[in-house]
Amino acid sequence: MLGNWHQLWVIASNPDNVPVVALIVLVPFFTWFGLRQAKANDRLIEKLEKDPELARTHHRKTQPYHASWQKEVHVWPYLLRIELLAAIVVTVILLVWALTINAPLEELANATITMNPAKAPWYFLGLQEMLEYFDPWIAGVLMPTFIILGLMAIPFIDENPLGNGYYTYKQRRFAIWTFIAGFEGMWLVLTLIGTFIRGPGFMWFWPTQTWDPDRIEFLTTRNLDQIFGINGKWLAHILPASQQPYAELWAKGLFGIIPVGLYFIFAAWMFYKIITSTPFSRRIFSRMSLLQVVVMELLLVVMLALPITFFMRNLLRIKYVWETPWFNL
Amino acid sequence: MAEENRAKGEVGLAGEDDGRIHDLKDWVQVKFHEQVEELKRPEDTQLYKAFFRVGRIDEPRNRALHTLNNLFLHIHPTKVNRDAVRYSYTWGMGGISFYLFLVLFFTGVMLMFYYHPSEIQAYRDILDIQNSVPFGLQLRNIHRWAAHLMIIAVWLHMFRVFLTGSYKRPRQFNWCIGVMLLVFTMLLSFTGYLLPDDQLGFWAVTVGTNMARATPLIGHEGPFGPQLGMTAYNDVRFALLGGSIVGSNALLRAYIWHCIALPAMISVFFGVHFWRVRKDGGISGPSPVMLESEMHE
Repeated sequence: MLGNWHQLWVIASNPDNVPVVALIVLVPFFTWFGLRQAKANDRLIEKLEKDPELARTHHRKTQPYHASWQKEVHVWPYLLRIELLAAIVVTVILLVWALTINAPLEELANATITMNPAKAPWYFLGLQEMLEYFDPWIAGVLMPTFIILGLMAIPFIDENPLGNGYYTYKQRRFAIWTFIAGFEGMWLVLTLIGTFIRGPGFMWFWPTQTWDPDRIEFLTTRNLDQIFGINGKWLAHILPASQQPYAELWAKGLFGIIPVGLYFIFAAWMFYKIITSTPFSRRIFSRMSLLQVVVMELLLVVMLALPITFFMRNLLRIKYVWETPWFNL
Repeated sequence: MAEENRAKGEVGLAGEDDGRIHDLKDWVQVKFHEQVEELKRPEDTQLYKAFFRVGRIDEPRNRALHTLNNLFLHIHPTKVNRDAVRYSYTWGMGGISFYLFLVLFFTGVMLMFYYHPSEIQAYRDILDIQNSVPFGLQLRNIHRWAAHLMIIAVWLHMFRVFLTGSYKRPRQFNWCIGVMLLVFTMLLSFTGYLLPDDQLGFWAVTVGTNMARATPLIGHEGPFGPQLGMTAYNDVRFALLGGSIVGSNALLRAYIWHCIALPAMISVFFGVHFWRVRKDGGISGPSPVMLESEMHE
């Protein structure tokens, strides 16, 4: 079927989506740019590890070096001219951008006419996408708090002293994979989904599929307890009479603890296995305090819950695994 | 007399002795040449020295003093590692973020001259800026795109700092300040989104602030909110909007946050961020690689 390529172009060329399109280019470029330098440093590290004699004398950088060169240069003019150049380049980019694309202005705000789709600005689309999978207080309040505090916690739980002030991959495999998974694999992917895939009613439209506001989406998701047929019938027999009307709630609430608990145990165990999988990572692990391990495990397990929920909802069509009167997971 | 003076190669005072001018033509000629010679070396003029405090003669001491003695440049050290000025290491994203903030500050103040944060006036003001104010459309465009670009620059800056492990000892605290700056940057952009008072901003802010209803304890639809007496008229969303709907008060609050409160806060955090960069030993690298065999347990 020939897709609606025109619509894809309309979305991509929407003025407010230009940054998202730019990110599609910029983030892979800078990932490559950083990892290329990491690779060069890794080769140097490998060489120096093999040759302790060389390690004593080498200046330990991949940048060119000559003994007669001064180690430091004056900020005026060597740094300031670069800053001036950067400012000019940015100004030119801004001017060209501002002359060619106009900032969007819709109709006057009107509470009686709902925008469809009503989308957050592009940098918050990741959060809006999370709202599809979790209760509002989890997606809108708990998760952002976890992201902010989790980012702030990074320096205090990363006990690896290597790779401080230079690009490296081999000395910080786990840290780099975790960050790229979080930043690119989750945050940016959710932003892209929010931009290109979520159409009217925030429904899922594949790229080039026409955004049909009249499309009807049938509810095809079930909760995990429905799959297992949990209805509280047998639980009613052992509950006190006063609680019997609530037997189904009790059964579902108690049942949900099992998959969530299993997930926490299994995911924590899996991360433990990963961070102790090599002799080097075991050395890092042995440096960590109990508090550091607990906080790191908690953050990792919560982080992994996002893609798992995503795949359960979109591939397995499972909505919640734990239903309670107060929250759903 | 004047002829003799010039023949001896003496400068000035032609046609002049005992403080009086005898030969006006000669005097003007000599003074004129004197002036031309002086202007060829502007760095020796009083005006230049009063302005810059440092002579321009290119010697190491003066290069250092140029940075040190300048209010705007003194956030820099006088010297940096020769490899640290390489674009490949820093990507320049931190500096670009700050430059974009300055651009936003400048264009933002310009826009404020033409904008009233009231429901009746705001949208018309935007139309006015676009259609009647000289270069108003470009002004608004630059402000909008600089805001987007700043978010990208801040994200990429964070990415670079992570990849180079620059958050490690002794820079842990400055990483946290950086996370706060990231949050402030996004909040600044978000509060600005509502100000045109168009459908786009209205519904984005409606979606955004609806989440605040669900805040635990202080939102009227959040866990334990109702138990603590939260309603739509006293919870955190009400505080953010100055009402129960996105209306006139919300516009005013977004305006104050966007133009005063958040810029003031982010400026303080900027100051701490830059100050800590210096106190923590300047930018982190590129530093010599460390080997695993040198790691202490």
